[in-house]
Amino acid sequence: MADLVENVLREAAEKESKYKTTEVNKDIDLVIDVGNLMTSDTNPFNAKSSRSNREKYLKDLARDNTQLLLNSIWKLPTQNVDNIVVAQLPDPSTPIPREKPVPKEKALTKWEKYAKLKGIQNKKKSRLVWDEPSQSYKPRWGYNRSGDDTKEWLVEVPGSADPNEDQFAKRKDAKKERIAKNELQRLRNIARTNKSKVPGVGLTPTDAPSKEYLGKALSVAKTSTASIGKFTENLPKEKHAKFQGKKRKFQSNIGNMKDEMSHQLNILNTLGQDVPIVDKNRAANLHIKEMEESRAKQKREDPDGARKKKLTGKRSKHGRLATMKRNLKKGRGGGRGGKSGGRR
Amino acid sequence: MRPLTEEETRTFFEKLSKYIGENIKLLLDRPDGSYCFRLHKDRVYYVHEELMKRAASVSAPNLLSFGTCFGKFTKTQKFRLHVTALDYLAPYAKYKVWLKASAEQQFLYGHHVMKSGLGRITENTPQYQGIIVYSMADVPLGFGVAAKSTQECRHTDPMTLVVFHQADIGEYIRNEQELT
Repeated sequence: MADLVENVLREAAEKESKYKTTEVNKDIDLVIDVGNLMTSDTNPFNAKSSRSNREKYLKDLARDNTQLLLNSIWKLPTQNVDNIVVAQLPDPSTPIPREKPVPKEKALTKWEKYAKLKGIQNKKKSRLVWDEPSQSYKPRWGYNRSGDDTKEWLVEVPGSADPNEDQFAKRKDAKKERIAKNELQRLRNIARTNKSKVPGVGLTPTDAPSKEYLGKALSVAKTSTASIGKFTENLPKEKHAKFQGKKRKFQSNIGNMKDEMSHQLNILNTLGQDVPIVDKNRAANLHIKEMEESRAKQKREDPDGARKKKLTGKRSKHGRLATMKRNLKKGRGGGRGGKSGGRR
Repeated sequence: MRPLTEEETRTFFEKLSKYIGENIKLLLDRPDGSYCFRLHKDRVYYVHEELMKRAASVSAPNLLSFGTCFGKFTKTQKFRLHVTALDYLAPYAKYKVWLKASAEQQFLYGHHVMKSGLGRITENTPQYQGIIVYSMADVPLGFGVAAKSTQECRHTDPMTLVVFHQADIGEYIRNEQELT
């Protein structure tokens, strides 16, 4: 009986020596972030043992800390997925910096800017609306929308309208133009955010063109040929087109010379004004004051140290101040030079 | 040919003031006649009013030069001084450096000036200040930029550069075709 007990004990001891225990004792508990599968060890590093047998020390340390991490994983609730035990990790507690930069805020469109300025707020509208004729809910916009005026089987001809005009085609055209206008505005918004030039489109169609609009339309039409209107003939009594690009303007070559000179002198006077002029004397005085203050503070905090250094320290302080003041005097002599140097 | 725009005047005066400071006023307001700056083919010319009016009668492609060329605007709208401006920079120079006779030729061949070639330098020259280069006989040789301030010059070894070369009168021979 005693043999049996001894055997079992011996076997257990052998096993224990073969496999290390899962228990690890640390002076300071580790910070374990199971969500990130990460531990951080704040225990002091044993420099002595690491020097004598560095490899073994590091391996043991790594093993112990990993054991602690695994221990905490085993405490988590587990699931059995396809005969594999899976632990459910909690949310990570250590914030980790994101890989990519924070996305830039989307630039406002022209309408959004205007709405913000005027304090217009969007009302949420439902996507589906009740359609009376079909007695069902239909989308507010897009395919198969409710109240689609291009899909009606009968259209009344307005009293003022031309009786031969196709009212169905008119509605379809109007819809197409609205779509085109929207697309153009979208592209303009993109161009504005990219700070590229917004392309001009000449003229967009209107219902009631004004006189000015017609003038513009005429000049656009005239220049819309392969030769940019070079060979377009003028109508009799036609006025010169106003709707044209701007030309650079320079001052007259032989103008009033005195005005030109005074203008240039003005520019010369304003030349160095945006550059801050460094006042050397003031900067040096500030620096000296700062130094004295810090020295006084040091003395107050550590009077012994100051007393020890008293003899040499005080003399050196005066010496430094004296040289500084000497330098300042020199600096004043060359002050003009320094200023003009700053104006460059 | 046309007067400089405000922007151009500003860049031009900024560059010029690095060499002669406020003395630009003396170029603009002269007792001996009315002088002006004119732009022609990206080059700035300093010219008497009378001569400018005469030159204006020549068509732009045919007009090669008139008055004194001060320099040119680069395609990025910076201004470069040419050696032809030296005649007007030298009398009004704020900072000067005099070269030893041995260093004169090196400078006139387009090299920078080393400490060993430095004869004299104006007191209190700051670093990177525009500076006119003279020979010991007070002949203006060109201009450049101070690589070291006067204080630093005293303690550097003889092989360090003290003036960066920008233009020298040797260019009248070397770059005859480009100068107008």
